[in-house]
Amino acid sequence: MKKTFALSVLALGLSAGLVSSTFAATPDARLRQMAANCGYCHGTDGHSRGGIPDINNLPREYFVNQMKAFKDGSRPATVMHQHAAGYTDSEFEAFARYFATR
Amino acid sequence: MSLNRRQFLQSSAGVVGVATVGSLSGCATQAPAVTGKKGRPKVVVVGAGFGGATCARYIKMWEPHIEVTVIEPNDKFVSCPTSNDVLAGYRKMDDITFGYNNLQGIVDSWVKDSMSAIDTEKKVITTAGGKKIPYDRVVLAGGVELLFNTVKGYDAEAQKTVMHAWKAGPQTATLRAQLEAMPDGGVFVMSVPMAPYRCPPGPYERASLVASYFKKAKPKSKIIILDGNQDIASKKGLFLAAWKKHYGHGTPAAMIDYRPNNMPSSVNAKTRVVGTEFDEVKGDVINVVPKMKAAEICGMANVRRGTDGKEGPWCPVDFRTYESKFVPGVHIIGDSTLSNYPKSGSMANNMAKVCAASICEMCNGRDPVEVPVVANTCYSATTDHTAIHVAAVFRYNEKDKNGNKIPGGEMVAQTLPKGGLSTEETEIEHAYMDGWAKNVWADTLAL
Ligand SMILES: Cc1cc2nc3c(=O)[nH]c(=O)nc-3n(C[C@H](O)[C@H](O)[C@H](O)COP(=O)(O)OP(=O)(O)OC[C@H]3O[C@@H](n4cnc5c(N)ncnc54)[C@H](O)[C@@H]3O)c2cc1C
Ligand code: HEC
Repeated sequence: MKKTFALSVLALGLSAGLVSSTFAATPDARLRQMAANCGYCHGTDGHSRGGIPDINNLPREYFVNQMKAFKDGSRPATVMHQHAAGYTDSEFEAFARYFATR
Repeated sequence: MSLNRRQFLQSSAGVVGVATVGSLSGCATQAPAVTGKKGRPKVVVVGAGFGGATCARYIKMWEPHIEVTVIEPNDKFVSCPTSNDVLAGYRKMDDITFGYNNLQGIVDSWVKDSMSAIDTEKKVITTAGGKKIPYDRVVLAGGVELLFNTVKGYDAEAQKTVMHAWKAGPQTATLRAQLEAMPDGGVFVMSVPMAPYRCPPGPYERASLVASYFKKAKPKSKIIILDGNQDIASKKGLFLAAWKKHYGHGTPAAMIDYRPNNMPSSVNAKTRVVGTEFDEVKGDVINVVPKMKAAEICGMANVRRGTDGKEGPWCPVDFRTYESKFVPGVHIIGDSTLSNYPKSGSMANNMAKVCAASICEMCNGRDPVEVPVVANTCYSATTDHTAIHVAAVFRYNEKDKNGNKIPGGEMVAQTLPKGGLSTEETEIEHAYMDGWAKNVWADTLAL
C-alpha cells in the first residue's frame, strides 16, 4: 500500500537524514495528526498565543536536540520531559521537519 | 487533489456491504445519494464544544473539498477549563466566553439548532427545529449527560437553585453569585461524582480556588467535599500539599473538609441539605454534580454501549477513526467515548484531530491514520498564582500479547517521568496554564 510504503520510508529514511518530499502529493496523515497534538499547548501549527513558546520555524537540528535533551533530562522542563518521553527519535525528526516549514 | 462524485463512490464501492466497521469503509459507507453539493462528501458535526469545533476546523483545514455542517444550539462557546477561576473571582464570564464567528466562516453550513433524532441507516439527522440533514459521516461530540435522577430530589425545580456548574455558562455565573452572597462563616458543600466523570482533577481544583477566595474574602468559611469515590482521583499528593500549605489542611483551622465514600444520594433545595448513605450535610451554598454518561445524542444514535455491544453508558470506538464499533458512519469524540483517557478538553481536542485526519483519508479512498498518538495535559490551579499538571501520552496498539488483532485497537499509556505529574505547585506552571488556555481556545475555535 502506498501509505504504508510512505510511512516506512519515513521511519527508515528520516533517521538516515533523508527527506521524503517526493511523497508530498499524498499528505502524511499520521505526521500531521501527531504534530497537531502539540497544538493545544503550542498553538495551531506551533504559533503560540503566549505563555508557552512558539515551535514553528525552528532550525531542525535545534528542534531535535531540544526534544532529545527533554527526553534524557539534560534540559530541565516543567512538562516537556514528560511529553518527549512518549515519542521516538525518528518522530522527533519528523516533528522538526513538519514545524520547520510552518 | 480531490475526487469527484463518481471517483469517490467508486473508491468506496469496493467495500459497500462489508459488515465490519472502521478500516476501509470510505466516506459514504452505504452511499445513497445524500452527499454534499456537487457530489462532495458531506460530514455533519453535532456539538461545537472542544471536540466538535476542533474536528470541523481541522477537516476544513486539511481537506477543504469535504463539505462540513455543524449543528450547535448555543450562541457562544463557554469554556469549562478555567471556569473555576470565575467561581473564585479571578476571571469574569467574558474571559471564558467566545464567539463562533471564525468557525462559522470556515465551515460550509452552520445550523443553530439541536439534534433530536438520527436515522443511521438512511443517514439523516432531524433537528428540534424540524430540519432534515443528510450526511455521509456524522461526528457526535455532545459531551456528557448529567444523570440528575440518580440523586433523589434533584428535579427541575431543585435545579433552579442547586447548581452543578459542570457545564460552563449560566450555571457558572449563578454559582459565583451564590458564593459571593454567602456570609463569612458559611459552609460550601460540593460533591464529586462517581468515576468516570468529566475532568478528574476538576473538583479538587474547584475546592482549591474557592478556598483561595474564602481565605481572602470570608476567612471563617468552610468547604465540605462529598466525594463518591474512595479517594482523590487525580494529583492527590499535589492537591494535599497545596491544601496544607495554603488552607490549613491537617490542622483544626483546615478550610477544606474532605470526605471520601460520600456519594450524595439526595438533595433538598429548600433546606440546602445534601444526603449521603451515612449523613445529612447542611450547607449555605450547595453544589451537587451528579453521575454522568455519554451525551443524549449518542443515545439517539444507539452508540452508547458496553464493549459487548449491549446498552451501556459510554461509546466504544475504533481508536484509528473514532467510528462507533457498532454503528457504521457514526463517529464519537470527546467525553462521550469509552476509553482509558481522562475526560478532558485537551483529549477532546486531540481525539478530534485523529478523527478529522482519518475522515480526510477515508474520504479520499485511503486507509485511516496508522498508529495514532494522542496526549493529554490537565493543568489545575491551586491558588490565584500557582498550578500543577498531569500529562499522559497514549499510543495505538492493535495486537494483544498472543499476536491476535484487538478489534478497534487499544491506546497504551506510555511510561512518563514522575508519572506525568508536576513535582510541586509553581508560579511558572500557572503562566503555562494561561498559555495552554489561550492556545487550546484558539486552536479549537480558529480564533
Ligand atoms: C469545572 C471544569 C473544569 C475543567 N477544566 C479542564 C481543564 O483545565 N483542562 C481540560 O483539558 N479539560 C477541562 N475540563 C473538561 C472539559 O471541559 C471537557 O472534557 C470538554 O468540554 C469535553 O469536550 P466535548 O467536546 O466532549 O464536550 P463539550 O465541550 O461539552 O461540547 C459539547 C457540545 O455539544 C453540544 N450539544 C449537546 N447536545 C446537543 C444536541 N442535541 N445537538 C447539537 N449540539 C449539542 C453542546 O451545546 C456543546 O457545545 C473541565 C471541566 C469542568 C466541568
Ligand atoms: C502541556 C503543554 C505542552 C504540550 C502538549 C507540548 N508542549 Fe512543548 N513545551 C511546553 C512548555 C511549557 C515548554 C517549555 C519547557 C517546559 O517547561 O516544559 C515547551 C517547550 C518545547 C520546545 C522547546 C522550544 C524552544 O524554543 O527551545 C519544543 C521544541 C517543544 N516544546 C516541542 C513540542 C512538541 C513537538 C510537542 C508535541 C509532541 C509539544 N511540544 C507538546 C508545553 C507543551
